[in-house]
Amino acid sequence: MDNSMDVGYSADDKELKFVGKRTNRPDGVDKVTGRARFGADARLPGMLYGKILRSPHAHARIISIDTSKAEALSGVKAVVTRDDFEDRDSEFVPAGEMMVNYRDMVRNIMAREKVLYDGHAVAAVAATSVTIAKQALKLIDVQYEVLPHVIDVVEAMAPGAPLLHDDLFTDGVEPKPTKPSNVAKRLEFNMGDIASGFAEADEILEKTFDTKPVHQGYIEPHSCLASFSENGSAELWCSTQGQYLVRAHCSKLVGMEISKLRVTPSEIGGGFGGKTVVFIEPIALALSKKTYRPIKITMTRDEVFRSSGPTSGGNVRVKVGITKDGKIMACEAELKYQAGAFQGSSVQPGCMCAFAPYDVANVNVIGWDVLSNRPKVAAYRAPGAPISEYAVECVIDELAERIGMDPVDFRLKNAAKEGTQTAYGPKFGPVGFVEVLEATKALDHYKIPLGPNQGRGIGSGFWFNIGGETCVNLNVNEDGTLTLITGSPDIGGSRASMCNMAAEELGIDVGLINPIIADTSVLGFNFLSAGSRTTFACGLATIEAARNAIENMRKRVAQLWDIPLDAVVWEDGAARPASSNAGEFEPMTLPEIAKIAPKTGGPIAGHAEINAQGAGPGFGTHMVDVEVDKETGHVKVLRYTVIQDAGKAIHPSFVEGQYQGGAVQCIGWALNEEYVYGEDGRLQNSGFLDYRIPLASDLPMIDTKIVEVPNPNHPYGVRGVGETPIIPGLAAMSNAISNALGLRMSELPMSPPKVLKAIKEASV
Amino acid sequence: MQYEAPQTLDAALSLLAGATGQARILAGGTDIMVQLHMDTTDPDMLVDIKNISELRAITETDGAFTIGAVTTGAELGENEAVKKMWPGVVEGLELIGSTQVQGRATIGGNLCNASPAADVIPALIAANAITNVVGPNGSREVAAEDIPVGPGKTSLAQDEIVVSISFPARGARAGDAYLRFIPRTEMDIAVVGVGISLEVDEAGVCTQARVGLGAVAEKALLVPEAAATLIGTSLDDAAMEKLAAAISAACRPINDRRGTIEFRTDVAGVMARRTAKIAYDRAVG
Ligand SMILES: Cc1cc2nc3c(=O)[nH]c(=O)nc-3n(C[C@H](O)[C@H](O)[C@H](O)COP(=O)(O)OP(=O)(O)OC[C@H]3O[C@@H](n4cnc5c(N)ncnc54)[C@H](O)[C@@H]3O)c2cc1C
Repeated sequence: MDNSMDVGYSADDKELKFVGKRTNRPDGVDKVTGRARFGADARLPGMLYGKILRSPHAHARIISIDTSKAEALSGVKAVVTRDDFEDRDSEFVPAGEMMVNYRDMVRNIMAREKVLYDGHAVAAVAATSVTIAKQALKLIDVQYEVLPHVIDVVEAMAPGAPLLHDDLFTDGVEPKPTKPSNVAKRLEFNMGDIASGFAEADEILEKTFDTKPVHQGYIEPHSCLASFSENGSAELWCSTQGQYLVRAHCSKLVGMEISKLRVTPSEIGGGFGGKTVVFIEPIALALSKKTYRPIKITMTRDEVFRSSGPTSGGNVRVKVGITKDGKIMACEAELKYQAGAFQGSSVQPGCMCAFAPYDVANVNVIGWDVLSNRPKVAAYRAPGAPISEYAVECVIDELAERIGMDPVDFRLKNAAKEGTQTAYGPKFGPVGFVEVLEATKALDHYKIPLGPNQGRGIGSGFWFNIGGETCVNLNVNEDGTLTLITGSPDIGGSRASMCNMAAEELGIDVGLINPIIADTSVLGFNFLSAGSRTTFACGLATIEAARNAIENMRKRVAQLWDIPLDAVVWEDGAARPASSNAGEFEPMTLPEIAKIAPKTGGPIAGHAEINAQGAGPGFGTHMVDVEVDKETGHVKVLRYTVIQDAGKAIHPSFVEGQYQGGAVQCIGWALNEEYVYGEDGRLQNSGFLDYRIPLASDLPMIDTKIVEVPNPNHPYGVRGVGETPIIPGLAAMSNAISNALGLRMSELPMSPPKVLKAIKEASV
Repeated sequence: MQYEAPQTLDAALSLLAGATGQARILAGGTDIMVQLHMDTTDPDMLVDIKNISELRAITETDGAFTIGAVTTGAELGENEAVKKMWPGVVEGLELIGSTQVQGRATIGGNLCNASPAADVIPALIAANAITNVVGPNGSREVAAEDIPVGPGKTSLAQDEIVVSISFPARGARAGDAYLRFIPRTEMDIAVVGVGISLEVDEAGVCTQARVGLGAVAEKALLVPEAAATLIGTSLDDAAMEKLAAAISAACRPINDRRGTIEFRTDVAGVMARRTAKIAYDRAVG
């Protein structure tokens, strides 16, 4: 088959029928009627309930675990502890945009030598009811030697801080340290000459910013159902962003061959990066292996907050030097990110993104990956980038203000464009930052006058986006309909987008295509739905599978008409003779070809197995207006607009949904969300009452502006859109509040007590 | 755990009196069900009182209202007469939760849950509300401020039930209001709550006032010193400053995940000023 994809194809080349249209979402009806099955909807006859005993200490050595009383309780069928999981070698493998280490992972899913955070799993029970399982947990006797703990990233780096692992020696420093510490890694990115850059600057601003750890806040808790057979194979149903990675991790942790484990993803009630790793799944499998009964484990909300994978809190120092007329000369930053109890924070992408939106010759960024007694972080949309870009965008805004330049003009003057050399490596191809900023300036929103105590802020952001391994099947059914089988959980409307692209390629009505998300036994490996890759990579594979199906249908028709393959073309859903030279034949439609498939060689399908390359970077800008109650510090969001380059919006409603959701998460992160720890190192707000995500009533309509600068590496120009929307908003909110109050804050969240304190401090 | 849903007050009382172990009352369940799920309570018996019609009645005699303890926010919000007379009490109850929670959450439940941050309690205290309590030894009247004694703790015995809450009749030029501060706009728990009820004379001078203050101490407080700052004034700026100062002085909050001592103390004064203005505007009409 012809493997070359025609790229750079845009709306101008051809009238698009489905791409770019707001088609009905295939999963819509079942979601609004409640028929859609989410993680906790899975059940099987004979099922047992799993419950997990979790550490009440932030840091303690486990002296002993006595499960005998729990095992003796009637209704308890199995108990597992660290002894049921074989230790693993230290080996780093990718999970989402992060690397995971199985030696760490086996300790994270079940504590071994020590408990390293409040909520760390210590033992698990399977029983005939949840009530019995909970009773059994109370009967497990764990003896701890409580150790001093550390939560804050700066404190964790200090000499003499309580040590999480005595075998952790900082990587990336010369000479290699001889003493262990909580600092797993030092990274550095350099470009140009930072000292001479600052020497040429007229204005230099240096500031340090703090952000608190936050949770992705997905509404659906982690839930899974595992069923082990006596024949050594197992099935697992769970809510995940990547069934193939769940299979990889679980088979490793439980000790089985990959082919023996079949993982089926449920519908997903939010993940945002947090469902790219495993927590309860290997435990459910281990309990099922002991009992040969199906085991269901569903986290409570408290467990989700304490024991899943929230993101880092960070401490970021930024120094930027500019000329009087607004040219950025030099940028420096130092990032300290909490990794949680095991190494692997998102500090690396944080470093890479920090100054990526700007065309700057001299850049130096240093990053530190720091452990502390918190749950191991997982990805959260554009992992790492919101933290560093928040700090940078606040400094940029303040500098623009200092030289009396409009903040959009300032960004326009320095914006990265095609050919800009990044500090982290590549030169940009065609990117849409300038177009985004121009669209921002043109908005009515930018011109609306503000009232008293109101302020306007903008912020910008950059994210890489990725491609990756993808496998798609497109089956042409005997009645002329199609089944599109992908292996990427639909976390943001991907089924609708895939159908739009397949219908466009095939020239048939989109309603004839039924999309399904396959379990791991159906398709070859698919990477996670993460990294904003799904519409791009799974889209490429879908297009390729559609083209493959078309070619197979052309072959059948060429054979039937007895003319060469290239004498048959595919247009408007039918095979036609290429020209009158090819002969006079009535066009054959897809259903006609499908109907006689048995006579022309059997079933027809299209396939694609690719490792998608060439994802297009995403740039966005957020503009927000706020009103601050100066007597209480309460911030009300009045107006909010997201402007972002999508490359091409395959399904505009879902692109807008990504923009809006990201903006809302920014508002929450900026205003109220934070993990609050007590002196004892325990989490104090493990529920949605005191972990405050925004409510509908807290929000204005989030307006969106889709900019389309096509990615040349995708037939329709797709860039990823899922992650960039969570980057610009933190700074936009901070800059808006600064603008309203005439003072600058440098920490998140800007909750009422902190805003009121800043107001009072500024007025004395 | 035994669950009972008696139809009469007598049946409920004898269930409670005869209970071995811990018995707890369930009205709307919006507090106690959460506590059960969170494993912070483990009673031997739950007595569901919401089917008892005597606990549902709303009556009025010469301007004095008596509201059944299991009246929900949704019900009271539709009662024009009560809303007209006690808008602050109704707004306190209607602030609770969401539409769904409103259909369940009761006025008696909010009082008896005795949360320091409960939204109805400061408004009840300001309104000089009296609770009618019955137990095995008959009935007694208890001032609203005397029901809670600490976080989640009341002065009620395990076998006592709050039947209703009575509100005194008052003059034509009277008004009450309740405001709370929360970081969001709804579905949140008060960081500070202030209920104020006052009466004015024909010249608009405040003749009587009561102030209830929530979420800044171990229980909701009656603050007579704050009320005193209002009496004899037309709530001018000077009086408002004194009110804020008296309120802040009465605060004895803790630093917790919902706010710092400093913040709560400050914002209590701010909320008191704003609440007083609303109550005053209502009183002068
Ligand atoms: C989502 C949600 C949001 C909420 N938001 C708020 C809010 O904004 N503000 C607020 O103040 N509260 C809020 N609450 C708490 C709760 O809804 C209120 O306190 C409500 O008024 C409790 O009433 P209930 O009838 O549901 O009480 P229940 O849970 O039935 O009972 C509460 C307690 O009072 C006792 N009790 C109940 N009735 C009587 C009686 N007649 N005599 C003696 N004892 C009795 C019970 O034994 C129990 O201890 C919220 C709860 C939820 C779930």
